[in-house]
Amino acid sequence: MAQHSENSEKVPSQTKEIWRTFWILLGITALEFLIAFTVDADQYKWTKVGIFIILTIVKAYFIVAIFMHLGSEVKALIWTIIIPCIFVVWLVVALIVEGGYIGFERLFFN
Amino acid sequence: MASANTSTTAEHLFWKGGVQPMKVGYGKLMMWIFLLSDTFTFSALLISYGLVRFSFPTFEGLRKNFEFSTAWWPIPERVFEAVPFLHGIPAPLVFVGIMTFILIMSSVTMVLAVEAGHRRDKADVEKYMLWTILGGFAFLASQAWEWGHFIHGTEEGLTLASGVKVFGANLVQNQYGPPAFADFFFFITGFHGTHVFSGVVLNILIFYNTANGVYENRGHYDMVEKVGLYWHFVDLVWVFVFTFFYLV
Repeated sequence: MAQHSENSEKVPSQTKEIWRTFWILLGITALEFLIAFTVDADQYKWTKVGIFIILTIVKAYFIVAIFMHLGSEVKALIWTIIIPCIFVVWLVVALIVEGGYIGFERLFFN
Repeated sequence: MASANTSTTAEHLFWKGGVQPMKVGYGKLMMWIFLLSDTFTFSALLISYGLVRFSFPTFEGLRKNFEFSTAWWPIPERVFEAVPFLHGIPAPLVFVGIMTFILIMSSVTMVLAVEAGHRRDKADVEKYMLWTILGGFAFLASQAWEWGHFIHGTEEGLTLASGVKVFGANLVQNQYGPPAFADFFFFITGFHGTHVFSGVVLNILIFYNTANGVYENRGHYDMVEKVGLYWHFVDLVWVFVFTFFYLV
């Protein structure tokens, strides 16, 4: 707590990076809408899905790294939060594949 | 009791208390661990949505010929195309876009409040906390409207094979597709909405304490930062819900 008591005098605000991040997030969301409405979904369905997932992860990176300050924490904390999320990736793959099989079974046994 | 330790580990590597692990305060570290557990909860919800979605057939024809049926999974942008005051005008994803903007904006005002807390600027913290609370209420109101529209459905409704007409959606029937689609909509956006609601309550508490000078007397605004982490997480979850529920 010592570091807080020493800067009791007025410090100039540092909001430049916050607003920069805001414009990035807004820009990515606008780009998502642009792609959603202009790219033909019949032909490029999976390309669209892929682009949306990548853009979502980019947005998540900016929220976590800048807004939640995880980018400026010590490495040990960063990895403590990131590494367990690998389990989520595994769950995505396992359950999506499983969902396909369930659909297959339903098709044949209904 | 380092002298009793017979291992060869160097002395400076022992954590003897008095030092903050990972150089963050106890509360902040616990908030991170809680958010990690909440990540798993939301992942479980969204991934089960993915599983059930992949177990249902998709509409085979071209998108422009798409019709709602309980036999296949709906195209989300066809479901969510209503905007308040624009009755009967299809505007796919516009309203959910507005909701996304509200939540990103309130995330920005929250991080501005945290930044003002670092400067120990009481008036600025109060100002930005009020904006954040307002954003939270605006989002909840939008979600309430969207739920209302989804539950009541469209005038045409859906005629089932049995000839019964279905209007709107609830946990057992759904005019837009398989009932599971409505179930997941209610559970995922509802669970997220509950988080937003708790976040608003916490934000009000922080505003109240700030206005009463609690953090000024304490000498630091760490609580604003901890609740800020929670609020950003709620925004983060919405980014994923937006993509996986509305966009793809």
